[in-house]
Amino acid sequence: MNRSGLLRLRASRRTWGVPSDVAGTGAIRFSERRSVAGRPLDGRDELRDLRVHGALLRELIHRDLTVRYKRSVLGFLWTMLHPLLLMLIFVVVFSAMFRGQSPHYETYFLSAYVAWNFFSQTVVSSMASVAWNGALMKRVRVPPSIFTLSSVLSGLFNLGLSLIVLFSIMLVVGSPLHAALWFLPISLLIVGIFTFGISLLVTAVSVFFGDVREMVQAGLPALMYLTPIIYPISIIPDRYRWLVKLNPLVYIVETVRDPVYYGIIPAPMTLTIASVLSLGSLAIGWMVFRHLAPRFHAHL
Amino acid sequence: MNVIELQGVSVRYREERIRSLKEAVIRSVTAHRKAGYFYSLHDVSLTIRDGESVGIMGVNGAGKSTLLRVAAGIISPSEGIAISRGTVAPVLALGTGFESELSGRENILFNGALLGFSRRYMRSREEEIIAFSGLEAFIDAPLRTYSTGMTARLAFAVATAIDAETILLDEILAVGDAAFQRQCQERIGRFVSSGATIVLVSHDLTTLESMCSRALWVSDGRVVADGPTSEVAAKYRQANAKSPG
Repeated sequence: MNRSGLLRLRASRRTWGVPSDVAGTGAIRFSERRSVAGRPLDGRDELRDLRVHGALLRELIHRDLTVRYKRSVLGFLWTMLHPLLLMLIFVVVFSAMFRGQSPHYETYFLSAYVAWNFFSQTVVSSMASVAWNGALMKRVRVPPSIFTLSSVLSGLFNLGLSLIVLFSIMLVVGSPLHAALWFLPISLLIVGIFTFGISLLVTAVSVFFGDVREMVQAGLPALMYLTPIIYPISIIPDRYRWLVKLNPLVYIVETVRDPVYYGIIPAPMTLTIASVLSLGSLAIGWMVFRHLAPRFHAHL
Repeated sequence: MNVIELQGVSVRYREERIRSLKEAVIRSVTAHRKAGYFYSLHDVSLTIRDGESVGIMGVNGAGKSTLLRVAAGIISPSEGIAISRGTVAPVLALGTGFESELSGRENILFNGALLGFSRRYMRSREEEIIAFSGLEAFIDAPLRTYSTGMTARLAFAVATAIDAETILLDEILAVGDAAFQRQCQERIGRFVSSGATIVLVSHDLTTLESMCSRALWVSDGRVVADGPTSEVAAKYRQANAKSPG
């Protein structure tokens, strides 16, 4: 039994009867599985299933991170080079425009952009992952949320790499690395949960309506310009600022930019709003997903 | 113990699927929603006990595969309840989830993970699987370099190397050459004698008669006959002789 075995055992004793480790497979099996017509996914069953499929989760993440680069010379380096090239374009184009407002514009921009990039790429890759693996979901019993979860986790891995690139850039250009960086893991947790929730929601709906995938892909760049990422929010006239602040991503992005660029822990107000938004997004996303997932098979 | 229990299970699909948001909105406004359903399974109730070997026969589109999917918990029923107990390993298509860029060896691990088995367990079975597939020389080459037959061999080896209490097999014996087919049948025979439960879908009645003691005949989403394989097969042959095709 591996190290998460204890956790599984504890969780399972509570709700799922006596687990048994069949023939030392490492996967704990449960005595009974019921699928009842019209019943949405059960959250605890799904969590149990995700634990049983821990090996699959790792494989999916590994696949996300390596397969697409397997036939290229630079291979895994593309994971870092791709955002780096994109960053370069944005910095060159926009730094002249906003240099007056923010010293070290590149840090100002990148600290928010990496978080944005994680969000938008994860949402898109989660939709694509379920669409690609549709045939799979019809032939093997896997927890349906595993594809979204693996998109989020491999996205977080890529975000980590992007942050390393960002810190290197900051060192090179002499932008200070603040002590508030220790807060970053909490920021990433908030961003991660928010993204997971939105991805669940959008993915579930996109299975039923192919248009949603296109709409989201077309809408994301627009959403990026509605979020103060490349420009400071101060350029928005006061009387319209409330309108911009209706966008939840404003707060999500701020929780990352504050420790990295401003060197401060996000203000309690920002932090509270961001936490509520991320938990709310998870709650709504899961609620929609659990009701739609049992009917995925008819549409994939 | 009942390994699989279906209680009044129906699986239905809407005859015309609403693919776009626009359509959905128009439908909800015009309220002309006539409920046109296609039943892939219609009010099926059955139980399969542990240790049984059950064959399923029926023409294409009769609902055989849907029956296996519901039993495995892969799709949820539109009506009724489906219950499965113990480890159930569905082998509904050979090579499900195979990734052409990964090597044969990596695909073994990935396939095991799909069925919910740990990496360590799959590692312990790896050599046996490779030996059974007879692909020792190619196992570290990417799967895209394999022929269809080679892929099928690997897939069957992975699928059947796993210890599961119940195995659901969907028409997978049709692939491979004669020698490989014999190898597969031997292996399935071994499963049966070791006390595992087997549910086997096949068009080959002789195979079913030799491997299964009980058989179901599925037609138009309903189980029309259930009993000893020889009796059900006789009925099935008779019916098909009357109306060929």
